[in-house]
Amino acid sequence: MKLTRDGIAYRVACDLPDGAYVNLGIGIPTIVSAYLTPDKEIFFHSENGILGMGPVAKPGTEDVDLVNAGKEFVTMLPGGAFFDHPLSFSIIRGGHLTHSVLGALEVAANGDLANWRTPGEKVPGVGGAMDLAFGVKNVWVTTTHVTSKGKPKILKACTLPLTAPHCVKRIYTDIAVIDVTPQGLVLREFAPGLDPATVQSQTDAPLQIAPDCHAMNIPEAPKGVPLAA
Amino acid sequence: MIDKTLKTCEEAVAKVFDGATIMLGGFGDPGLPGRLLEALRKQGTKNLSVIHNGAGSGDWALGGLIKDGRVRKVTASFPNNPGAIAFQDLYLKGQIELELVPQGTLAERIRAAGAGLGGFFTPTGAGTELGKGKETRVIDGREYVFEKPLHADFAFVRAHRGDRLGNLSYRKAMRNFNVPMATAGNVTIAEVDELVPVGGIDPENVHTPGIFVDHLVALPRHPKLVEIGPPR
Repeated sequence: MKLTRDGIAYRVACDLPDGAYVNLGIGIPTIVSAYLTPDKEIFFHSENGILGMGPVAKPGTEDVDLVNAGKEFVTMLPGGAFFDHPLSFSIIRGGHLTHSVLGALEVAANGDLANWRTPGEKVPGVGGAMDLAFGVKNVWVTTTHVTSKGKPKILKACTLPLTAPHCVKRIYTDIAVIDVTPQGLVLREFAPGLDPATVQSQTDAPLQIAPDCHAMNIPEAPKGVPLAA
Repeated sequence: MIDKTLKTCEEAVAKVFDGATIMLGGFGDPGLPGRLLEALRKQGTKNLSVIHNGAGSGDWALGGLIKDGRVRKVTASFPNNPGAIAFQDLYLKGQIELELVPQGTLAERIRAAGAGLGGFFTPTGAGTELGKGKETRVIDGREYVFEKPLHADFAFVRAHRGDRLGNLSYRKAMRNFNVPMATAGNVTIAEVDELVPVGGIDPENVHTPGIFVDHLVALPRHPKLVEIGPPR
């Protein structure tokens, strides 16, 4: 079995602690907020000057002056705040966010991240990715384990231009949860029905197996969307 | 008596000259000075250098200015935003220059200019393609890249309310780059939804003090900036 995009987002949501201040990147990370349980009070940050961002606005209730970094109309939660870009990036670069959840093209065994320049992309763009990768305490990455052509994305060394060196702390894929440690990559969990050897066979970098390594506990479809298939 | 108000955007952009560097506030639509940009399109100056987070959207405002071939260089963090068709077309033809800057570095370079600083050291970019060729320094064991301030001849900003002294107040996510840009332009021009009497903005809620603003124009929003609907 492999996790769906919602499944990966669900697995990240399980690990975000109460009291976290989090920036969610575009793509799978955006889905994470949908799977948070109400027992946790978590604040979401958006690069364009928002802390305490709520869900996407319902049709008919949009406010033209309230968008997220992906330019979607969003809402605010009680206790939120608006500010300008220098302050927003003081929050990021100054290490005040507890978690940044980002997509990845490649991750290396030493925590190097490549996610801002896709191969063959003709017009470059970086946005806030580098500031997040350099500045946030816990950089967590969500990605499919291999490319659409079946090539591993978790490598001994990145081949694409780096977003930041040595920044990734944890990797969530459709088949595994892997910690990046000073001693190398440590496999914590694997998708239901798989085993550590299968995960290693799809990973370029060597994996150590955590003593308590186990299959993920994934419910079927808590929001109506299957989490694994 | 100080009165910074002007009647039209045409008057406000009249002094922009060929080769000028212009900062444009806004992130997506919130805080985008759309009326000033449309007036600048009509005004006709060329070889402009533009500092903005993205590279315009569609064929209006900055997108239109670029499409009209009026922009020589764009300094941006996210010029590959899906709507920036005009920029991407010219960039692939080698007809427009790009200086790519990480978003936080862009904001801080603008802030540094407005704050009279000669630059700053940031960790962002160290050991990456965007840090190449820049001065670096190891401070307390961490590598930092030196970044210079970004000045502009003109800063175009948009706020929600303003008074004749140039005090500005923004709504929700409108502050973004407008706040630092208002401090970094030799001439700062504000477009506001509503002109209020002096004292009409509580000093607690003045986000850009009037000292930074040279001119302001109060006009209803550009129709593109009041549309509610699916994000573009």
